[in-house]
Amino acid sequence: MPLITRRTALAVTAAAAMPIGRPALAQSGARTLRFVPQSDLAALDPIWTTGYVVRNHGYMVFDTLYALDSAFRVRPQMAAGHEVTNDGRTCTITLRAGLRFHDGTPVLARDCVASIRRWAARDGFGQTLMAHTDELSALDDRRLRFMLKAPFPLLTQALGKLSSPVPFMMPERLATTDVNQQIREAVGSGPFRFLPNEWRQGASAAYARFDAYLPRDEKPDGMAGGKHVNVPRVEWRTIADPSTAMSALRTGEVDWLETTTPDLLPLASGQKGVTVSTLDPLGTYMLLRFNSLLPPFDDVAVRRAVLRAVNQEDYLAAMAGDAAYYRECKAFFPCGTPLSTGAGGEVMDGRLDAAREMLKASSYDGRKVVVIASADQPLLAPVGEVTADLLRKLGMQVDLVTTDWGTLLARRASQKPVAEGGWNIFHTFAVAPEFMSPASHLGLRGTGRAGWAGWFSDPTMEALRTDWFAAEDDAAERRIAAAMEREAFAQAPYVPLGQVRQPTVYRDVVRGIFPASAPLFWNLDK
Amino acid sequence: MLGIIVRRLVATIPVMAVVALCVFSLLYFAPGDPVTIIAGDQASPADVARIRATLGLDRPFLVRLGDWTWRILQGDLGTSIFTNIPVTELIAQRVQPTLSLMLVTLAFAIAIAVPLGVAAAATAGSVVDRSVMALAVLGFSVPVFVVGYVLAHVFAVELGWLPVQGYTPIERGLGPWFANLILPASTLGFVYVALIARVTRAAMLDVLAQDYVRTARAKGLAPRAVLFLHALKNAAVPIVTVIGMGIALLIGGAVVTETVFAIPGLGRLTVDAILRRDYPVIQGVVLLFSAVYVLMNLAIDLLYTLLDPRIRY
Repeated sequence: MPLITRRTALAVTAAAAMPIGRPALAQSGARTLRFVPQSDLAALDPIWTTGYVVRNHGYMVFDTLYALDSAFRVRPQMAAGHEVTNDGRTCTITLRAGLRFHDGTPVLARDCVASIRRWAARDGFGQTLMAHTDELSALDDRRLRFMLKAPFPLLTQALGKLSSPVPFMMPERLATTDVNQQIREAVGSGPFRFLPNEWRQGASAAYARFDAYLPRDEKPDGMAGGKHVNVPRVEWRTIADPSTAMSALRTGEVDWLETTTPDLLPLASGQKGVTVSTLDPLGTYMLLRFNSLLPPFDDVAVRRAVLRAVNQEDYLAAMAGDAAYYRECKAFFPCGTPLSTGAGGEVMDGRLDAAREMLKASSYDGRKVVVIASADQPLLAPVGEVTADLLRKLGMQVDLVTTDWGTLLARRASQKPVAEGGWNIFHTFAVAPEFMSPASHLGLRGTGRAGWAGWFSDPTMEALRTDWFAAEDDAAERRIAAAMEREAFAQAPYVPLGQVRQPTVYRDVVRGIFPASAPLFWNLDK
Repeated sequence: MLGIIVRRLVATIPVMAVVALCVFSLLYFAPGDPVTIIAGDQASPADVARIRATLGLDRPFLVRLGDWTWRILQGDLGTSIFTNIPVTELIAQRVQPTLSLMLVTLAFAIAIAVPLGVAAAATAGSVVDRSVMALAVLGFSVPVFVVGYVLAHVFAVELGWLPVQGYTPIERGLGPWFANLILPASTLGFVYVALIARVTRAAMLDVLAQDYVRTARAKGLAPRAVLFLHALKNAAVPIVTVIGMGIALLIGGAVVTETVFAIPGLGRLTVDAILRRDYPVIQGVVLLFSAVYVLMNLAIDLLYTLLDPRIRY
């Protein structure tokens, strides 16, 4: 006797073919916001590593003493306010009353002191601040004091810094962790509590509203203002494949994709109940960086020739596709930020014939130029080809080396000659706030071998930067910034490639997503 | 039998040792470094050196190899550089999705491929045979990710019958667990169906030409009994062999399938770890895969003795 009859087999087949529904929908409450971040949350410490996804996690869990509004003005956040003595050498910050960490302990001034010290050990702006500081201490539970060597007008701007690493406040027991080691828990005083037991690295992370959070009274504006949490729970779902993420959004399995690729946008645009928008009004600042240590780009004339030949439109169209998602920006401070003047930018006229003549007149001897490019960063994937094509048109020999981002970073760190694993050109990007101020603008540093990859050396630029820190008012800051841009166009430490506004896609069940340089989960609703 | 198992298990130790040495050496000499990823753009060379020292990555090759081997011998695979989670815990989190995917794929593939192969052999040269072979060619030719996207588009996006992505642990119910696996298993199983169907057909054709089959038919046995009770049993050895060898195919295919369907399994863990240069995780997962492959081969060798009493070790 057969074990399985035809009838049983048919029944099993029919049952298997029946729609089983979407279990993912049933797993979480209707008001849970399901968000797909740009990449997996693999680490929890936004000071230890500077990845944007970890920074965004930081904005949920931690809070800052100060924050920048949409016009990049500094606003108090955890701070109630501050007082500066007449000589400008003592700054006392007072915390708002009633602030608590997620473990129930009150936020104390000594927590903030430890947090600032840890952040400053990793951050360039922080290091500058601490270099100006004689003593940082907690006066009592709610007041911390900076005793400065000289007036430092940018103190609150440093503490409100937007870009990675952000000066997030942590409990002292975490903030005293060596900056080269990760903190063991994600406990902050931010508007969401991280739920460690639900963290499945590579799959998901979950956050619950922190009911004891005290939002400010002011209206939200940029990263500043009241952070009112309307959704009880947010789940981050890791979906590595952009096409799958888009399908999941279309079927309602997730609510919001932080970003997607240009080729998938038509799928979203044509879908009822789905909105395509952009998060960051300024976008991502793209650049082509020279290795100023090695020939041929140790010769400023060769760098200038490439700077002149670049047509930003070629790059931007390759990266973003639709013109609605990019803007040309011939400036060394990102367009739309307060210090961006574009002074000297007229040299970027895209005249290939003139650039060829400049190259002929330079020291370029026909040697091969090694362009290192990353294939696994969607935004950067096409730019290597564009640069290789441009350089060939210019009359250069090119070796385009395409690899993954991890390998590129390792090679980029090498100061050795090309034959020993060095390089000549790489491309990268930064969110606009990262390059909006001389304090955090790596690309303009002229510190040579001790500086950022490319090792551009320019004492004039360094002197201008020092002057900028001492600038007494906004007008003086802008004047110095314009001089820095003119110097940059003359020396060409890198070539600005324009700004790309990455699309964000969400279902209409999500309301109140507001523009900022990171996805923010307060003040929105579902 | 027990003696054979023990001897074979002991023989896996040098194999695993060689695998471990290869994995460690490859990672040591491969370009890339987790430190540059952790440190970020702003880090100075001094910062990078400090982080490297903290992670112990500045030590000489032999010291690191010795340290790692000593820990492996104690059952400690280390801790992920990025997540700060022990590698054994990370693997434990990821085993269930991958194991589920592989088991459902195997069941799906065997349930479809073996009857197809038998039918093709029994009707060699007919339309049925040619259709099965055409399907096999298609299965070999179409990349896994293409199959995945097409299935997801049709059955999830257009028809809405199944979820597009994700994995539901079996503890949350058999239905949701199975629903999340149907599309990935069908995707991954497609090439496997082609492989097993072809081998089954070839093995069956060989067996069906044997004298004892003709005798069985002459005795008046029902065609189905001849095919499934006599011929298939004797054709089982090559089929089981290819199923076992296909486990490696499944492991490789799982990496792609897990990416397409956002399944947080070992394949995805491996890819993420490689991209981040998370050395302890890469080493742990590769060692695990090697052990699984070696043990799978052992199990198949032992299965031979059950399927064919003439085989003795």
